[in-house]
Order: sequence, then C-alpha cells, then structure tokens
Amino acid sequence: MTYQWDFGPILQYWSLFRIGLEYTLSFTLASAIIGMAAGLLLTLARRSGWKILSIPAGAVVEIFRCTPALVQLVWCYYALPVVLGLSLSPATAALLALSLYGAAFYSEIFRAGLDSIDRGQWDAAAALGMTPFTMMRRIIMPQALRRMTAPLVSQVVLQLKNTSLISVVTVPDLVYQGQMVSSATYKPLEVYTTIAIIYFLILFPMTQGARLLERRRHG
Amino acid sequence: MAREPLMIDIVNLSKRFGRREVLKDISLGVPKGNVLALIGPSGSGKSTLLRCVNLLETPDSGSVTIDSHTMRFGAGASRHRTNSMAAFRAEAGMVFQSFNLFPHLTVLENVMSGPRFVRGQSRDAAERIARPLLERMGMESFADTMPERLSGGQKQRVAIARALAMEPKVMLFDEATSALDPQRVAEILSVMRDLARTGMTQIVVTHEMSYARDVADTVVFMADGHIVESGPARQVIEDPREERTRTFLKHFHMGKA
Repeated sequence: MTYQWDFGPILQYWSLFRIGLEYTLSFTLASAIIGMAAGLLLTLARRSGWKILSIPAGAVVEIFRCTPALVQLVWCYYALPVVLGLSLSPATAALLALSLYGAAFYSEIFRAGLDSIDRGQWDAAAALGMTPFTMMRRIIMPQALRRMTAPLVSQVVLQLKNTSLISVVTVPDLVYQGQMVSSATYKPLEVYTTIAIIYFLILFPMTQGARLLERRRHG
Repeated sequence: MAREPLMIDIVNLSKRFGRREVLKDISLGVPKGNVLALIGPSGSGKSTLLRCVNLLETPDSGSVTIDSHTMRFGAGASRHRTNSMAAFRAEAGMVFQSFNLFPHLTVLENVMSGPRFVRGQSRDAAERIARPLLERMGMESFADTMPERLSGGQKQRVAIARALAMEPKVMLFDEATSALDPQRVAEILSVMRDLARTGMTQIVVTHEMSYARDVADTVVFMADGHIVESGPARQVIEDPREERTRTFLKHFHMGKA
C-alpha cells in the first residue's frame, strides 16, 4: 500500500500557517534580543570582579545551560507562578523561558569572545587613559563582535528551532498551528512536511550566512 | 645641594600577587628629562614596577607621583575611581614588548585613538596630531595600512607614535625591543634615544645593557622585588658595587651602542 500524498486540503489552512509563522518569527526575534541583552548583562556581572554579582550570574548561566529548554518552559509556565504567586500568560512564560535559556548561551558566547581578546589590548587601551566604558566600546567590543558573529547566528538558529517547544504551552506558533491543521484535515504527514520545509527555508540561508561569516574571519 | 625637581616620584611602593611579594617598599625618583633604566633578572619585579607607575597594576601601598599629580594607595588612602585612574594613566605613555596595536584600526587611527577616544577631539584635530608623529617615526606612508601588515619594528614605531599622541609627560618602555629581530632593535633604540634628546622623561625596562649604559642617566638593578643597586648608568653597568649586580651583568656581552 502506498500513501497518497495530498497537500491540497492543507493549503486551505494557509492563513493558520501564516499566523503560526508570525508567532515563531516574533518569538525568535524577541527572545533573541532580550536574550542577548540579558546575556550581555550576565557576562558583565560575571566579569565585574564583585562576588555578589558574579556568583549569582554564574549560577543562572549554569542552571539554564544544564537543564533542557522544554523543562524550563514547562517549569516557567506551571511552577513559576506558584513560586511568585502570580499567574503568567502562556506567551509571557514562553518568552521568559526562551529568553533566559538563550541568555545563558549568549552569555557564554560573549564571555568566550571577550576572553579571546589579547590581554595586551586592554593594557594598551588602559595605558592611553581610556575609561573601562570607552575601552569596551572602541577597542574590545569591535574586535570581540567580529569573532562572536558566527556563533551568535548559530545560537539564533537554535533559538528559532527552540520556539517549536512553545506549542506545548499553547502559544500558537508554527508547530501549534500545524497541530490544529492536522486535526482538522487528518493529514499529519503533509502538515509536518510543510512545517519542516518552512523551517528549512528560513534556517538554511541563516546557517549559510553564518558559515560565510566564519570563513571570512578565518580567510 | 639643591635637588632637581622630580618628574616621577615613587614612594614606599609595595605590591603582592597573592602571597608573593613582587615589590617590597620601593622608592625611586626620576628628575625631569632624565632616562632611568630598570635592569634585572626576569621575575625581579621590574616590569611590575613599571606597570605600577601608570597603575596598570594597582599598588597595595605607597604612592606614585607624575609631575604634580599624586596617587596614594593602601592604609589611609581612599579607593580611586576608575575614571581618575584613567586620567592618571593618560599622563604616561607606555610602549609594550608585544606592541599591542589595535588590529581593527589603521595605523593612522591607532595613533589617533588617544586624542579621539580619550580626549574626545574631532577626527581632524586628532589627525593634525597623528600625521606629524607618523612622519617623525618614518611611518607616514603606512597611514592607511592595517597593523598586521607591518614588521615588528614598524609596529613598535607606530606604538610609540600612538603613545606620544597623548602628549604624555613621561614615557614608559616595557622591554620595547625584546620581541624584535636583532637588526630592528637598533632602529627602535635610536627612536628612544631621539626621544631622550628632546628631554622626554623615561623609565626603560630593558635587557640592552649598552643602551642603558650610553643613554640612561641612572641605572637601577632590581632583584626579588628590591632595588639592589642604583647609580649613574656607566658606573652601575661597568663597575657595579654589589655582587648580585656583577653576577647578573656577566651574562651580557656589551658592544658599543
């Protein structure tokens, strides 16, 4: 028996996919921006030299790096409201979990990028009389960012793929919408094939871009 | 006897890294326009002392004065804000063994980095300072070159120009010729000698004994975080009083500089 592929019924639900795609992309964008900002703060806190900042920041990074994103997501949705005594909407819980999960990894990328800058660069900038802020902005960050671009893009790719998890807490992303279409059409094979193709069409150019950046850095 | 005014005055300076005492109660003065050469075996504390002069290392106690600007450390001294430490560092230019040019900036932008980023001068104003310095270092034709394309000697000349662009009151050289090919060493030493002729006060950490003898006014020999011997350059190098200095200097063959 061979399966008769039929994408026809699915295309009728195109608007659902479109909404799903919008959720996926906006959650990726928002969690990447919040995650990078939080990751940068975590990195600065870890490097501050003040234990009162560096130890908690280090702990946050390790906790989020060493637990699965799905577990964090579910925990943020079901357990965090109990801990905090307030209720979180699915979207808020999802954004919080994705952002913090990303922040831990972005923080590691920033840390590695800053550590890769030769000690002599800091010395030379300091010896000229630059303040720590000027030094970061003019000397260290421009060099570190170049080295960090490729790993940051890779992390955003992962971030986008991780958004598929938020369907678990009923945020209508691409996967969640797919599930809707699937139960309406009884065509899960076509649905998941379609979803896979959409993800691929977005991510393939990004990974190629990251590779190009990587090559240019080593070239 | 009237004492010459001191441009650099280090008083009772101590520094430890963990348990290791790297500098033990060092006091040292450099009169305006003088060149002081710091010599000694590796690990003697001479580089740390130099880095304490512009606070790249924060002294544990004692004080450092450049011109009339004094920074005190240790018991009784208040903690210095990072910005006031930065302002103090700007008084001294520093040249490193490993050049430490900024690789993402052109040669000209490297030299302009102090005036622009520290003093907040405009691009034009910074360029008016930087170009003549590049010319003085014989590097004007490399203004738009990236540092990675330069030889070691060229990099060090740019690094010297970058330090001078801040119009420092003193220059600190931390083994500025140690990473260079032998034939490039002379070219950097001659730049340093010219600088001495213009009356720039300098502290030079060096292994070039003939340079120390011929150019420095004073030579200080350090070992184990102490000043073992200091005196007029020629006397310390050619006829040291201390046995440790004599033993150290035996390792060097001195030609004519």
